[in-house]
Amino acid sequence: MTTLNFDASTDPILERRRAIQNAAATSLGRRKISSRIAIGICWAFLAIAIVPLVAVIAYVVVKGLPAWNTDFFTQSTVPEGIPGGGVWNAIVGTAEIGFFATAVTVPIGLLCGLTLAESDGNIAAAVRFTADVMTGMPSITIGIFGYIAIVKTTGKYSGLAGAFAIGFIMLPVIMRAGETAIRGVPRDLSEAALALGARRATIAHRVLVPAALPGITTGVLLAVARGLGETAPLLLTIFGNQYLQWNPTKPMEALPLVIYNNSSQPYANLLQIAWGAALLLMVVVLVLSVGSRVLAVVLQRERR
Amino acid sequence: MTTLETPPPGRAKRGNRFALPNGAYRGLLAAMGAIFVGLVAWFIISMIVQARPAFSTLGFSWIIQKTWDPTHNKYGLLPFILGTVETTAIAMVLALPIGLGTALALAYLVPHRVRQGLSSAVELLAAVPSVVYGLWGLIVLAPLFREDVEPFLTSILGWTGLFNGPNEGVGLLLAGIILFVMVLPTMVAISRDVLAVVPSEQVEGAMALGATRWQVLRKVVVPGARTGILGAFTLATGRALGETVAVALVIGNSPYIAHSVKSTASTLPALIVNNFGEATGTELSALFGAGLVLLLIGVTVNAVARVLVRSAARSGAASMAVA
Repeated sequence: MTTLNFDASTDPILERRRAIQNAAATSLGRRKISSRIAIGICWAFLAIAIVPLVAVIAYVVVKGLPAWNTDFFTQSTVPEGIPGGGVWNAIVGTAEIGFFATAVTVPIGLLCGLTLAESDGNIAAAVRFTADVMTGMPSITIGIFGYIAIVKTTGKYSGLAGAFAIGFIMLPVIMRAGETAIRGVPRDLSEAALALGARRATIAHRVLVPAALPGITTGVLLAVARGLGETAPLLLTIFGNQYLQWNPTKPMEALPLVIYNNSSQPYANLLQIAWGAALLLMVVVLVLSVGSRVLAVVLQRERR
Repeated sequence: MTTLETPPPGRAKRGNRFALPNGAYRGLLAAMGAIFVGLVAWFIISMIVQARPAFSTLGFSWIIQKTWDPTHNKYGLLPFILGTVETTAIAMVLALPIGLGTALALAYLVPHRVRQGLSSAVELLAAVPSVVYGLWGLIVLAPLFREDVEPFLTSILGWTGLFNGPNEGVGLLLAGIILFVMVLPTMVAISRDVLAVVPSEQVEGAMALGATRWQVLRKVVVPGARTGILGAFTLATGRALGETVAVALVIGNSPYIAHSVKSTASTLPALIVNNFGEATGTELSALFGAGLVLLLIGVTVNAVARVLVRSAARSGAASMAVA
């Protein structure tokens, strides 16, 4: 670094500039080294973050794939000590619980989302905040609620009690996703419809919801993915069932329950079924998550 | 002479097939909102009502008593509250620096070509069900911790007194590590979003003044995204506090206060899920009480997190991509 040749003692401003130049020059090497080290640590942290996440997925795939045979998809779960078995009853349970939870939650959630998107008052703000807080609520507390509200009231564990708890977990997620998507629809569209004399309900049904469909689809699928993976609420509501049960008013089995119950079993076949069920659940959840994004892009493109 | 063509009459009507009058439509929306609010109110009130017998028979002090022994009618929650706090603390002590470093790397250091892919992958990992992490922790990590990790940590950190006792594999440490892995995607995804939207004028200004890359990140980017990072941290803390099955599988489930990070212990959610099936009478309402304590913690932590994330969003940062 070149230093300017002035008589520094005569000019306080120049003297100050030279002091700053010197300080920057002498600290440059030190700053460069500490920058290198700190940036290196960031890279190392990235590696530390990726390793366990990749390891989980790799383990589940490697240990789970051998479990996938015909029996796995067609037989019901077996008790300890009996060889073989599958998870057909758990697949039926998870599918039915997911279906009922989604079927009830999506219409209510979307209408709530519409409400929130169209109102800016204090009450709407409070509801919005409540929904946000509910999305982070420990799922076990919602399981307890499912137990109190349905199991205690009806006097028995049932698939529907599980669907109630799972639906209550999904509801705020769908509400907020729906609201965000509907708020993203350009104002001109709804104002044009209003100018044509359309009623509010017509605008919602023929303008807002169709225009917000990509966002709504993503939100719903992500909520379903989250709901299907929940374990704790199911433990308190559907109880589990060794046998195939199609009737949702009876205790049912579900994939997360199989994983949870089998993971501490000493029997190799049960453990293998746990890995297989983990792989199945993970594939379903990841397909829903990835699928929701792909579908959103496709729907968006179709529109143009 | 041309006439204006009028549209066929049927078409114009079709739009009104489902149309409710505006008043009825508003009523329907309000009713749906009321259903949600009603459900939340029912949720909170029913928890309080069910937990009340525990408070009326045991007073209020049972929450901070040390002994959980249903056969002798003792229902102290302290070991479980401590276990919840300790596992969460282990997870967050690791998740804050590692999550922040990862988010910085994803937002500013990783080459543009892979940036989007890596970020989406991290967000997808947040969707992996927690029971899968629990299974992996119990079957794969627990033996590894018992044979290698815990003996190694004891040999280098034993002098702190935190690593006394036998190497059991399962326990506080493993539960904390599993929680760390589980909350990392939440922490990374949200902080990356807030870091990425720090105004580029500020970043470029700092670079022009001769700051090194790290000085830019530390003095400009991180302070600019401070509120959002704090929000991400609090949201992740809420997730760790409330996690149930993954922790129940790897913590060993013993109702005693841990004396070392290798000890088996238990948490509030694990207590509930392990004892709910057989509990009756006072024990059952004590479990409802544990649920109520968890509910209060959950409301507090999540409310704080939402306020932080939202104020970060208002100041022009943060997306709500990850809830």
